[in-house]
Parts: sequence; C-alpha cells; structure tokens
Amino acid sequence: MSPGRYRDGARKVAPIGIAAFAFGASFGVLARASGIQSVEAIVMSATTFAGSAQFAASSILGAGGGVLSAIVAATLLNARYAPISVSMAPVFTGGVVRRLLESQLIVDETWAVSRRTDGAFDRRLLVGAGLVLYPCWVGGTAVGAIAGDALADPADLGLDAAFPALFLALLVPQVRSRQALAAAVLGGMIALVLLPFTPAGVPIVAASAACLIGWRKP
Amino acid sequence: MSDTWIVIVVVGALTIALKAVGPVLLGGRPLPQHLTGIVILLAPALLAALVVTQVLGGDEEIVLDARLVGLGAAVVALLLRAPLLVVVIAAAASTAVVRLFT
Repeated sequence: MSPGRYRDGARKVAPIGIAAFAFGASFGVLARASGIQSVEAIVMSATTFAGSAQFAASSILGAGGGVLSAIVAATLLNARYAPISVSMAPVFTGGVVRRLLESQLIVDETWAVSRRTDGAFDRRLLVGAGLVLYPCWVGGTAVGAIAGDALADPADLGLDAAFPALFLALLVPQVRSRQALAAAVLGGMIALVLLPFTPAGVPIVAASAACLIGWRKP
Repeated sequence: MSDTWIVIVVVGALTIALKAVGPVLLGGRPLPQHLTGIVILLAPALLAALVVTQVLGGDEEIVLDARLVGLGAAVVALLLRAPLLVVVIAAAASTAVVRLFT
C-alpha cells in the first residue's frame, strides 16, 4: 500500500466532516434540550460515536421513555456495525489493542469511503477518514452543548441531504456486477418496505440480509 | 449513577463491542471462502438501505420532503461524473434552496 493513503481517506470524507460537525452541534443542542448535561453529551459522542443511536437515546430520555428503551433503541440502531465490522476484519492487523482502537473509527461514512472499487477495504483510508470525522463529531457536540440555541439548524442548510448523497455516490461504483446490483436493489427494497412499520435501525439491519444472495456452498 | 450516565455507559460499551467484534476476533485473517461472496455484497445492500432510510426516513413513516430534491441533484451530478465533493454540495445546496422557498 502506498503511504499517501491516510490523506486520501481524510480528503474523501472531508465534505462529510462539515456535515458531521453541524450534526454533532445539533446533537449537543438536542441533548441539552433533553435535560442531558454538556459533559454527558460530549462523553457520549466520544464513546459511542454513532449519530443516529445518540439522537435516539437522548430524545427517548428527554421524553421520559426510560433507561431500557433508550438502550434498546440505540443498540438496534448500532446492530449493523456487527456485520460491517466483520466485513472489514481482514484489513485490521497488529495487536488486539490497536485493532480495538482502530475499529472504533468505523462509522457508516468511514466504512463506505474505505471500500475500494475492487471490493476490498483499505485500513489506511478508514483511519484517515476516521481521524477527520471523529474530532468533527465530538467537537461539534461540544460547540452545540455549550453554545446552544445560537446555532443554525443543519436542516436549514440542507445538510441532512448530504448523507444520502454521499452513500449514493459511494454505491454507484459498487454495482458494476449484476449480483451487486441485485443486492443493492433488494437491500433498498427491504429498507423501504420496513421503514413505515419498524423502529429506526431495523430496516438497515434487515437490508443486510440481501447479501445472502451471494451464498455459495462451502 | 443517574439514568443518563447508565445509558451513556451501556450504549457506549455495546457500541464499542459491536464495532470491535470483527477486527478483534477475526482481525488480519481472510474470511472463509464461502463467506466472501456474501460479505462482498454487504456493501451494496447496506449502502442502498442507507440511501433509502436517510432520504425517506421519518419516525416510523415514509417522509417525502426536500431531501428528495437533494438526492435528485446528486443523481444529476453523478450522471455528469462530478467529483464526490460536488455531488454532496449539490445535494445540500438544492435541499437548502427548496426549504428556503417552501
């Protein structure tokens, strides 16, 4: 692997870093509005580092939904990281501690940008992208939790549309083979059908089952 | 410990474990041959699901709003072979403009 790759990962994820910062800030604002202290919001962003789960957990706490439902909702939302981390496992080398630390940089966006068009993952792209996104998310949370309501709503800036656009742009080069296209169509359809009936997170986890069409007899 | 700290500690620990399960248990080893065909299709399946949920997702409902215009702009940018940065900015800017006027 050529040594420029950390930078390549950072560059690829940079436009999303801006959106992640803005959403980190809106998480900070929402957490405060839900009765969560600034330091608690920042610690949550630093340890969980998974936006949708954090939004879900804090809004449930704010609505008085209870500890258990907050934990269940957040865990359902993050369940997709099990198959995602298994798919990336071969590229993580080194000792257990290093693998554990580097694996924490896995989020949807860093996972997606670290996949090369040949289907393999690149650890350096992941780490480069993660080291950009992580401070954006945690720093954004701190700004939002402390500066509060003075900030613009990221939705007013259209930043919520930046994420599906990124995933679509990363999907297009993946669907060169007929089987990959079939998996994408099936995964998208599973998510669409489940979207109105299931809690957030379930459609994505269920859609991962579409990859089973690639099963070959051992 | 307050309710909030319980949630932060438990969710944090579970998320760390979910992200680490592959790299820590299987790290550095190639996946078994018969699993490779499945795992390689995980990316297109999950990416498509992420596009669908992020553009149409609401609170257990399908929501059609300005994000669709943003995705349309992203499709046009992709058809014109625009770089990633342009695709993302086109989606955000067009969504923002639609929200400004509606």
